[in-house]
Amino acid sequence: MVQVKSYATLRKETLARDRGLREKVMSLEEAAARVSDGDHVAIGGCTMSRTPMAMIWALIRAGRKDLTISRSITSTEGDLLFAAKVSQHVITSWFTQGIVWGVSKVMRHYTEHNLARFEEWSHMSMGLRYRAGAMGIPFMPSRSMLGSDVGREVGESLKRMTCPFTGEVLALLPALNPDVALIHVQRCDAFGNAQIDGLQFMDIDMAMAAKSVILTTERIVANDQIRRAPDQTRIPFFAVEAVVEVPFGAAPHECYGLYEPFFDHLDLYARLSAADPIKGPADYLQSYYHGARDWPDYLSKLGLAELIDASRRGRSVYND
Amino acid sequence: MTKPLEPSAYTASELLAVMAARLMRDGQIVFAGIGIPLLAATLAQRQFAPHLTILFEGGTIGPFIVPGELPPSTNEQRCTRRANMVLPITDVLLLLQRGYVDVGFMGGAQIDRFGNLNSSFIGDPARPKIRLPGTGGGNDISSLTQMIVAMKHEKRRFVADVDFITSPGYLHGGMSRAQSGLSHGGMWRVVTDLAIMGFDETTREMKVLALHAGVSRADVLANTGFALRFDPDLETTPPPRPDELAVLRHLDPERLYTA
Repeated sequence: MVQVKSYATLRKETLARDRGLREKVMSLEEAAARVSDGDHVAIGGCTMSRTPMAMIWALIRAGRKDLTISRSITSTEGDLLFAAKVSQHVITSWFTQGIVWGVSKVMRHYTEHNLARFEEWSHMSMGLRYRAGAMGIPFMPSRSMLGSDVGREVGESLKRMTCPFTGEVLALLPALNPDVALIHVQRCDAFGNAQIDGLQFMDIDMAMAAKSVILTTERIVANDQIRRAPDQTRIPFFAVEAVVEVPFGAAPHECYGLYEPFFDHLDLYARLSAADPIKGPADYLQSYYHGARDWPDYLSKLGLAELIDASRRGRSVYND
Repeated sequence: MTKPLEPSAYTASELLAVMAARLMRDGQIVFAGIGIPLLAATLAQRQFAPHLTILFEGGTIGPFIVPGELPPSTNEQRCTRRANMVLPITDVLLLLQRGYVDVGFMGGAQIDRFGNLNSSFIGDPARPKIRLPGTGGGNDISSLTQMIVAMKHEKRRFVADVDFITSPGYLHGGMSRAQSGLSHGGMWRVVTDLAIMGFDETTREMKVLALHAGVSRADVLANTGFALRFDPDLETTPPPRPDELAVLRHLDPERLYTA
């Protein structure tokens, strides 16, 4: 059964954080050191969008262990976190690379052999669990996950109650308060004021629910620029512990307005993982993760032609 | 009058998309999955339902898809083209709970006689033969609004009881859905490459409402894993028209979803 963090602990942890307007720019490796073995790590974005891939790449390279991962929908990063033995427990609503590539053989291998756990909640329930966490309340009432086996499969983690006002049956979703949220954005300042273009997914609730936020950003902008359009700021600086500037930090997934998914590379990954759910991702991790000097070297392994094509497609969203 | 098209003139997926599109009504708000649901809703918009609004789970209200650039999921930037609004995932899903959505529309891997869908486990969940990708928003959509499902009509997909109820239809029939706390919505139509199915008002069992041209009752029964009934007023659907197929082929020129 899920443990909901006590309100006293939640308040105490928040008070203990350095909430001053201070610079917090660091390297991927320094940010990775702020994630501890056993942490609950929430991953921002959704499926192949704004996935903080560079940060995940750094955590895998750093050899983190026993992370509990949560995300709205989980794609290739979930495969890799299982394959790299970084996590044996993913809480999510849907887990596979993407519809067009078929069911993930890697997810299947780990879950069907009981090597790892895919804890399934409905998509809205994932969102309301982060929202409850962000609101500082222990649970959220909801009208889905009733009747079905999805609600039954999570056992005592889902409660039912009779509404004291209307007498209706409601599902009660336990709050998620992750230890760390990893979120990739288009721009933020050195303090961590983050602006997000396009789809927000569950990132804002996730950020406000978490004990700490590690931001990776396509670019760092001046605080003055943030202050010229504060209505565009989605995550406030005081929720953020680390800022890492990583251009193409969501590759080979997409980042709204900048690049679409690197489809050729994702086809290659799909072929590798479908051919052998153990050796495929292992070979992939060896050549693209452990075999890369740094993030730019990883990008160069994806290839300049594909990077340019993904950028061309990415920018096309602003065409009329 | 032009002669109706023969079945060889279109694929099973195109037939599905056309038949599903014809179930849409102008002015509806449709929560659409990727693939056939999106193609069908867009076809309806272009043919007869210009005021139909598509919602995507990724957080989009009212986009228009660029032909040949179909999104790989409901969560990429391609889903936002010419949209009226983008909003967080949780909030677009809450539109279902608030009651703004007329129809939820998705594909299905396995369905049973009460319209329950399984996209989680084949076999025992404790020791699954196949672990499937899971609910995504499927459980929310089918818990909170009226549903249309489009899928291939195969015996292994149409079973008496699904191994696992991911997205609730009428659960165990009769009043069991309402009694579980699901006060609204439910499975409305199941569209396949053979027929269109609905559900009995009392027993909530699946029944065939219409057969597609050239399909017999025996064909349907041979491809269904339970004793499926036929409505006394069984109809035959008019086959896809060239203008409908032309729209689909314009939207999906590479046949990603209509091969």
